[in-house]
Amino acid sequence: MEIPAIVGAGLVVIGVGIGIGSIGRGAMEAIGRQPDATGKIQTVMLIAAALVEGIGFAALFAV
Amino acid sequence: MTYICSKIQTIRLVVNMPKPFYTYFVAFLMVSFNTLYAKTSNTKDGDTPSDLKSEIKAYILHHLEDAHDFNLLSYKDKTSGEKVYIGMPLPVILWDNGLKIFSSSKLKHGKSVVQLGENHYKLYHGKIYKTDAQGTITYDDHHHPANIKPLDFSITKNVVSILFTALLMFFLFRGLAKSYQKNGRIAKGVGRFFEPIILYVRDEIAIPNIGEKHHRRFMGYLLTLFFFIWFLNLLGLTPLGINVTGNIAITFCLALITFVITTLVGKKYYWKHIFWMPGVPWPMKIILAPIELLGLMIKPFSLMIRLYANISAGHIVLMSLIALIFIFKNWIGSSLSFVLAFSISIIEILVALLQAYIFTVLSALYFGFAVEEEHEDH
Repeated sequence: MEIPAIVGAGLVVIGVGIGIGSIGRGAMEAIGRQPDATGKIQTVMLIAAALVEGIGFAALFAV
Repeated sequence: MTYICSKIQTIRLVVNMPKPFYTYFVAFLMVSFNTLYAKTSNTKDGDTPSDLKSEIKAYILHHLEDAHDFNLLSYKDKTSGEKVYIGMPLPVILWDNGLKIFSSSKLKHGKSVVQLGENHYKLYHGKIYKTDAQGTITYDDHHHPANIKPLDFSITKNVVSILFTALLMFFLFRGLAKSYQKNGRIAKGVGRFFEPIILYVRDEIAIPNIGEKHHRRFMGYLLTLFFFIWFLNLLGLTPLGINVTGNIAITFCLALITFVITTLVGKKYYWKHIFWMPGVPWPMKIILAPIELLGLMIKPFSLMIRLYANISAGHIVLMSLIALIFIFKNWIGSSLSFVLAFSISIIEILVALLQAYIFTVLSALYFGFAVEEEHEDH
């Protein structure tokens, strides 16, 4: 129940949220420009989101 | 298509129900029975909330760990006050200057001391320690047990799940491969569902990352990895209480195998680009080489952590939400918690597939780096 640990965990989640949100924004803009590339863009978006989430989880477990 | 499927070994399951109904039915069973299974202890009405919360915490931690017996259900018998376990005891295999095998029912879930010859063994917090006849556990300064642990090769719950998944995959895909022989390049049976997935792994994961020339070598491993992780993740969501991929030892082994394969397959071009990259002035080469070495180690390490953290965090969240049903003892709170737990279960099914996909894609990427051909722009 230490305060620095709780604050750290909250910062990690903020970082992951911003990261995945900006990945989603880039993906949506790209789909808007080229709707027939939707499949490839979705695939790459999921991969990038999983990488960011991986860092987030690792940091949360360390905390 | 036939070549690939002839290399994959599985058996055909004959299912008489029409396919969409079967899928939805199984999915509904998986996510709904979780909440039914959650009622395992008969707490008396006078229990304080702190007892319930610590009991829930112990229950969640027990789910995440491995166990020496396959428990489905456990409850406290009202008349005798003892805990009754419904499940199957699994064999315990120890190496302690000789092979010692006994049934885990003798361990009595940590209450009794097993005597074999002059050796005594006791189960304490999921691990077997060598003790004396009374079963004393001596603690060291950090309050960890300091007894000797014999080498434990038991058939635990995780081992049973892995063996079950391996047999399932073997029989499923062998049936698919055999149906190609019988029906001339058309798949029949339940294996039909997996054919587009296998082609997807080849066309969208293996060939773009590894290249047309070398991808055949790695297809067996990538397909096995994908379906193994996917089936194990899905098995963890069932009410059987199995948690295989949420165990860091298992994800460590999977990441280790990927790392060993990239090390063995690496060409001279690959190693040169890590340790002595051309086209860079030599002071920079000496500075960059340790960083690249670190990167070499971090890639499989992140594979391990990503799968472990995703799955075990998902389990913890899901079980906490189910426990919330029992903490709120009124109509609104419990029903809303149930809806929330149900929704999170749906997301967990997506995460099961996604994590298997991510592990496979990243493994294919690392293999692609290792077997990359030299091109002329350097």
